[in-house]
Amino acid sequence: MALSYAVPNFLIERDESRCIDCQVCVRQCANEVHKFDEDDEKIVSDTMKCVNCHRCVVLCPTKALTVREFPLEFKKNGHWKSDDIKSIYIQAETGGVLLAGMGNDKPYPIYWDKMLINASQVTNPSIDPLREPMEIKTFLGRKPASLEIENGKLKTKLPPQLELEVPVMFSAMSFGSISLNAHKSLARAAREVGTFFNTGEGGLHRDLADFGDNCIVQVASGRFGVHQEYLDAGSAIEIKIGQGAKPGIGGHLPGEKVGPEVSQTRMIPEGSDAISPAPHHDIYSIEDLRQLIYSLKEATNYKKPVFVKIAAVHNVAAIASGIARAGADVIAIDGFRGGTGAAPLRTRDSVGIPIEFALAAVDTRLRQEGIRNQVSLVIGGSIRNSSDIVKAVALGADAVYIGTAALMALGCHLCQKCYTGKCNWGIATQDPRLVKRLNPEIGARRAANLLKAWKHEIKELLGGMGINALESLRGNRLMLRGIDLTEKELEILGIKAAGE
Amino acid sequence: MVTIDAKGVYYKELNEKVKEAISSGAEHIELINVNGQRYIGDGISASAKITIHGIPGNDMAAFMNGPTIEVFGNGQDAVGNTMNSGTIVIHGNAGDVTGYAMRGGEIFIKGNVGYRVGIHMKAYQDKVPVMVIGGKAGDFFAEYMAGGKIILLGLGCEGESVVGRYCATGLHGGTLYIRNNFEERYFGKEVQRDELTMEDKEFLKSYLTRFSDYFGYDKQEILGLDFIKFVPVGSRPYGNMYAKW
Ligand code: SF4
Ligand code: SF4
Repeated sequence: MALSYAVPNFLIERDESRCIDCQVCVRQCANEVHKFDEDDEKIVSDTMKCVNCHRCVVLCPTKALTVREFPLEFKKNGHWKSDDIKSIYIQAETGGVLLAGMGNDKPYPIYWDKMLINASQVTNPSIDPLREPMEIKTFLGRKPASLEIENGKLKTKLPPQLELEVPVMFSAMSFGSISLNAHKSLARAAREVGTFFNTGEGGLHRDLADFGDNCIVQVASGRFGVHQEYLDAGSAIEIKIGQGAKPGIGGHLPGEKVGPEVSQTRMIPEGSDAISPAPHHDIYSIEDLRQLIYSLKEATNYKKPVFVKIAAVHNVAAIASGIARAGADVIAIDGFRGGTGAAPLRTRDSVGIPIEFALAAVDTRLRQEGIRNQVSLVIGGSIRNSSDIVKAVALGADAVYIGTAALMALGCHLCQKCYTGKCNWGIATQDPRLVKRLNPEIGARRAANLLKAWKHEIKELLGGMGINALESLRGNRLMLRGIDLTEKELEILGIKAAGE
Repeated sequence: MVTIDAKGVYYKELNEKVKEAISSGAEHIELINVNGQRYIGDGISASAKITIHGIPGNDMAAFMNGPTIEVFGNGQDAVGNTMNSGTIVIHGNAGDVTGYAMRGGEIFIKGNVGYRVGIHMKAYQDKVPVMVIGGKAGDFFAEYMAGGKIILLGLGCEGESVVGRYCATGLHGGTLYIRNNFEERYFGKEVQRDELTMEDKEFLKSYLTRFSDYFGYDKQEILGLDFIKFVPVGSRPYGNMYAKW
């Protein structure tokens, strides 16, 4: 084999004075980085294979391991950064399309961090959520333009709604891209907290059949595992048009990940690639989208809200307007930071727009057109914490989806190697040995803890603004001020500058 | 038999009536004066028979699970979209994306079909969808097909290609039986020719017999036609396309 020009990404250092040769690291690493050398009777590490997932670092009983970025200094060059150079070496060697996991990691501006939240001082008193009631329950679905009340009772028949105890749902992640234990963790957490998880495009595993009350079932271009029972099982149906990590392209779940369970759930033969075409071939226009929306409504007797999920792209406001008019009950928009199990690197890192702009533009457009009430807006693809959520709601979101953050709650260390199927944390893998590292009880506990903590923080931030219902913050952009933003950016976000 | 007059009836109401009839036990429902109403038969899980006189609208029998639908007229776009089981017989042509992503059941079409027909058809265990098309197919026929079987007879298309461009591109499962009347250059490189086995011949015989019966063709003549079989080159057409970042 020809000499590889690949350079290491990480440096593994073992503190020999602390290491007790227990070989935990050897057993834990699915990438086979650590090995016990029988001849030398010591542990050796292969730096080239390390993906920096921290499994060994965390599990080492004596904390003898350090993983650092490999201190490789190319000659200083303002244009050719080390990633640019490394990617050329890889492609020159393989001729392959670069594949990456998780979301866009480039240092684009994070607009959440350029928006600041208001608080009450003197004039309208803040509210203490520990003492006073605070409503953050959220209903997702089409709202009628007016309500008719008769004898104190609601007469208008409301379109179907999803009821969320926290304005946060787990975004679509398929069984196949993540493990069954990861799905189970999210399903249980959603039930406990009173929110929803989303099947993604991989069908609903039979073990999760009775989590339908907390489940959104997805219909994507490959239509994997989509049948009447599946449509009936979910509380809502999401048509996936696109996702933030790879707008405009489909997906290939590699045959290696299609084992017996995934095969059964997706209803495709074992070992065959699960190819999702880039578009739905029955949707080439807004009229066609309407057709699928109504086809699904007909098939489920108008009992479930239908979501349409798109990636945040340049014309997102006009597209969202079309989707609302096509009859969707909820529009989900995924920003360019959104994660994925596998995406071509160049698409992941350079296609799409920040969700903050997309959200503001869509909310503004739907208001201008007088159709904002016809759809709920759910955004995702970058939410890191509760203040991001509060800002999103103030910009106009009804609720948010979290994917990456949810997986981190389960143990993900963001190594971005999800597409290899060797996730050492038992999340993005189908290898039974690795999957069992994620205990669904513990996973559910951790994911539920995260949402409970955020729920409390959201209430505190609301109380600080003197607001006692999330509903009063929705689209209330006066509660935000921008910092370090241009006039144009402030205009698109529809907020004033700090100090104004 | 229950007869429902669809003249001037909005699709939603019409489909409600059909579902009501089925839940009250009707085994055969006849729809007359159908004129473009969409979603007929969508998501119905039952074994009833629905006979349609006229032209049903788009997405007929989408997500369907069991019924038999016979259409005395043309079908429109997306007939049998993502259907799971059941039988559809169309005494005319059918539009674009017929049988998109269907996983089970059968569709018989007397005439031609439009573009993107049979895209992403797939099979799983005992569920093997079958489509029999009497005439010719438009571009992107059987693209990304992942399973199931399609017979394309090309009757009355002598002298012209029975498939359009990009036929079977990205196909990675399933079988195509196409009558010898097409341009090889229209086919994607993911398919290859294969010999007809005894099993194929049995399969063709049974479905062509039913095709002749449904549409009143001379059975002997139809059974005497020659077919060329196409199968995928591999089940992982894009397996080696990527490099790890
Ligand atoms: S896990 Fe830690 S202590 Fe055990 S062999 Fe590895 S480095 Fe040494
Ligand atoms: S899910 Fe696993 S493979 Fe993916 S980034 Fe997280 S730790 Fe790495």
